[in-house]
Amino acid sequence: MSMQVSMTVNGEQVTEEIEGRTLLVHFLRDQLRLTGTHWGCDTSNCGTCVVWMDGEPVKSCTVLAAMAGGREVRTVEDLEQDGVLDPIQQGFMECHGVQCGFCTPGMMMTARALLDRNPDPTDREIREAISGQICRCTGYATIVRSVQWAAAAEAAFEGRS
Amino acid sequence: MTTLDDRPLGFINNDEKPVGHGRMLRKEDPRFIRGKGKYVDDIQLPGMLHLAILRSPVAHARIVSVDTMAAMSHPKVKAVVTGADLVEKGLAWMPTLSNDVQAVLATDKVRFQGQEVAFVVAEDRYSARDALELIDVEYDVLPPVVDVRKALAADAPVIRDDLDGKTDNHCFDWQTGDEAATNAVFDKAEVVVTEDIVYPRVHPAPLETCGCVADYESVDGQLTLWTTSQAPHAHRTIYALVSGLPEHKIRVIAPDIGGGFGNKVPIYPGYVCAIVASLVTGKPVKWMEDRSENLTSTSFARDYIMRGEIAATRDGKILAIRTNVLADHGAFNGVAAPLKYPAGFFGVFTGSYDLEAAFAKMTAVYTNKAPGGVAYACSFRVTEAVYLVERLVNCLAYELDVDPIELRIKNFIRPEQFPYATKTGWVYDSGNYEAAMRLAMELAGYDELRTQQAEKRLKGELMGIGVSFFTEAVGAGPRKDMDILGLGMADGCELRVHPTGKAVVRVSCMSQGQGHETTFAQIVAEEIGIAPADIQVVNGDTDNTPFGLGTYGSRSTPVSGAAAALVARKVRDKAQIIASGMLEVSVADLEWQKGSFHVKGDPSKSVTIQDIAMKAYGAGDLPEGIEGGLEAQICYNPENLTYPFGAYICVVDVDPGTAQVKVRSFTAVDDCGTRINPMIIEGQVHGGLTDGVAMALMEMIAFDEAGNCLSSSLMDYLLPTALEVPDWQTGHTVTPSPHHPIGAKGVGESATVGSPPAVVNAVVDALKPYGVRHADMPLTPSRVWDAMQGHPRPPV
Ligand code: FES
Ligand code: FES
Repeated sequence: MSMQVSMTVNGEQVTEEIEGRTLLVHFLRDQLRLTGTHWGCDTSNCGTCVVWMDGEPVKSCTVLAAMAGGREVRTVEDLEQDGVLDPIQQGFMECHGVQCGFCTPGMMMTARALLDRNPDPTDREIREAISGQICRCTGYATIVRSVQWAAAAEAAFEGRS
Repeated sequence: MTTLDDRPLGFINNDEKPVGHGRMLRKEDPRFIRGKGKYVDDIQLPGMLHLAILRSPVAHARIVSVDTMAAMSHPKVKAVVTGADLVEKGLAWMPTLSNDVQAVLATDKVRFQGQEVAFVVAEDRYSARDALELIDVEYDVLPPVVDVRKALAADAPVIRDDLDGKTDNHCFDWQTGDEAATNAVFDKAEVVVTEDIVYPRVHPAPLETCGCVADYESVDGQLTLWTTSQAPHAHRTIYALVSGLPEHKIRVIAPDIGGGFGNKVPIYPGYVCAIVASLVTGKPVKWMEDRSENLTSTSFARDYIMRGEIAATRDGKILAIRTNVLADHGAFNGVAAPLKYPAGFFGVFTGSYDLEAAFAKMTAVYTNKAPGGVAYACSFRVTEAVYLVERLVNCLAYELDVDPIELRIKNFIRPEQFPYATKTGWVYDSGNYEAAMRLAMELAGYDELRTQQAEKRLKGELMGIGVSFFTEAVGAGPRKDMDILGLGMADGCELRVHPTGKAVVRVSCMSQGQGHETTFAQIVAEEIGIAPADIQVVNGDTDNTPFGLGTYGSRSTPVSGAAAALVARKVRDKAQIIASGMLEVSVADLEWQKGSFHVKGDPSKSVTIQDIAMKAYGAGDLPEGIEGGLEAQICYNPENLTYPFGAYICVVDVDPGTAQVKVRSFTAVDDCGTRINPMIIEGQVHGGLTDGVAMALMEMIAFDEAGNCLSSSLMDYLLPTALEVPDWQTGHTVTPSPHHPIGAKGVGESATVGSPPAVVNAVVDALKPYGVRHADMPLTPSRVWDAMQGHPRPPV
């Protein structure tokens, strides 16, 4: 059964014809060709699909595209603004928070949301924030460092430290 | 030389890029952090169709009938193919990497739950899945062989009746070492400790599952396959042999890979199905497995049941090790290991110790489970070997009531004994084990930890300190001994320096996240003095890279890394001749300083590698006998494996009330010889340590009595999150490999190999007040609880 859905994706209004059962992750990847959002499991365990919906990180494999109708969706492709990387992106490069890169978009979206509500998190708070997500490569310590790097960079930029 | 790893703090200068070895940010990261990595599932070709596979719901059954009528009439379905259809094309069976055969689609029987039975090709992913539901298969269910210990029973059902004259489930026998000499040492030994040790079945579960896009162009007969492959060249040759398509018309491209860990070494039926589907439909066809398909049908790891024995003197001199192994190979022998090594490199079970004798004997059997065996960063079964010896040494320490580190140091192969030939025929290239062990003790604060443990024990608290020391055997391998299906394990490398002095290096190995685009640029930069930023690394495309066997068993740096260094030296040698012409001196009068040649004694007379490159392609004469251009290609055949090693110390706390294990800290000292990029090495170690905690405490692929896989999703197969692992503490020593051109050894799997025994040893140490000497992985709360009650149970 086909239907029409409209939402804002990375600041742009999109209206598309979809099957009612289309998952948001497939809508973003296959229909909008935003392939930075990945898919990794059948059971909402891996978090490689994390995007924002109205500013909150959600697992896009567990949201129907139809449920995102009228909402604001933000994906990894939107982190860089006007050619300037988000400090989170820079942190992941500086601290080797990336290996194969498959979990990275989801990790960065969650981390961005964390810093927005808690600009100075403890290591433990970072680990808790990403605990719904899996990385098979890094062992997490460098991801924690990457987020701390971004927090420090933002604090320095805003003159907080 | 021993140093502490730097922990990056604050701001690191993004431009701090060494021309050669050193910490450097990764060249591949700018695309990954933008979501611009290109993985197989990101590929979308015009007119592309989607393939889905119908899998067996039972472990063992005869196929009575397959009815595809309803599926065929689904409006979006383009093709439905069964085993019977593949028989007509001669494609129903394919060779495995161990010279067994495996069904592409089942014809006669299904032999494990999750086995491929039929496939559907449809216009979109959802319709392909829908149509699977419309296929009606009638099964005549047979009793399965699930318990590996009963596989050879006289009344066990025969799984592989497809093999001529097969009347049992025996797969192969294997042995190594001198049995008589070992028995003689055991007979006279003062102390003999025996332990039954199980390494359960686990799965690498890379975050990206396996898949491919097959595109067959019928007009020119060209097949392009984008695929999750750690070994694109080997795959191309095997596809040519299986399909009959000429090899020059097959191009295998591995784009970015979302983790491999050995899971992406074999050729799976799904890849062959996608190729068939593209041939049949004339359209590009994508197949991406889902997570449960990945966990239930692709290469598992381990599954060894080991009886280990260690003989020693009463004062702690280890004399010999003996083991008897029962190996579960699943329904088809899909082990991806050099052909002459059916048990991989398990022969290094003598570990890091100087022994008088050693002997291992193995029986491998078929069961109604998925095929595989060599995967999950195991370095061809070194993982099982290290686990066995490091558990045995701890059991011995327990019986002798001595400190496990002291016992190890007393028995280490000493630095002056290298190269050291083990009693099972391996020649360890270099090592300084005691230095690494002592650095780990210092970093972990070992003595204070023991004091603290004693205090806690008085209060009834369960704190455990686990130690492991490993020697790895990586970098397969010398072609006189090692081949995969007849393909020698050498690797090619090509380097082209362009006229403006920028370079492209093409390697045969394939990154799955290890950072080859950075490491290989650095290796070449170190040799030829061109900045890594100016060196493009190409990998993963068989049309654009020289032949080689790919990335697994930590072989990229030992084999392809050596090739990259040597090809750069070859180019540099030619550059030197051209420079001699430019500077009008003899070759012998030139001195190399990274990036330029100058006249000995007169540094003002010099030419840079960039000047030389322009000259090589430019106008004017070159020295006599020298062709234009500045490029070279080689194929590197390693003379030996490399033998990295390391000392690990793990600290755990066990809750006496719930038996929950918490890993408090983990200290890892690794020695991988010359270090190319310390940041990348540290990342490799961290990842492996996480695997170790995972296997020791969480992961297991389990089956019920009917052969149903109980670990078929990430809800049941537990992978660690950031909360289950500690912050890692790493350190290193540097003992170069004497035969590797830059002295480097592999490191990608060191920590996966070395860390499980450290964690298990820590938990068992915590349980010492309960008189526990051994407990099997995974040490989940229920298993630890059972051990505390005095009846530890094996996992299978
Ligand atoms: S794909 Fe795994 S949680 Fe969404
Ligand atoms: S970097 Fe590979 S899964 Fe996280």
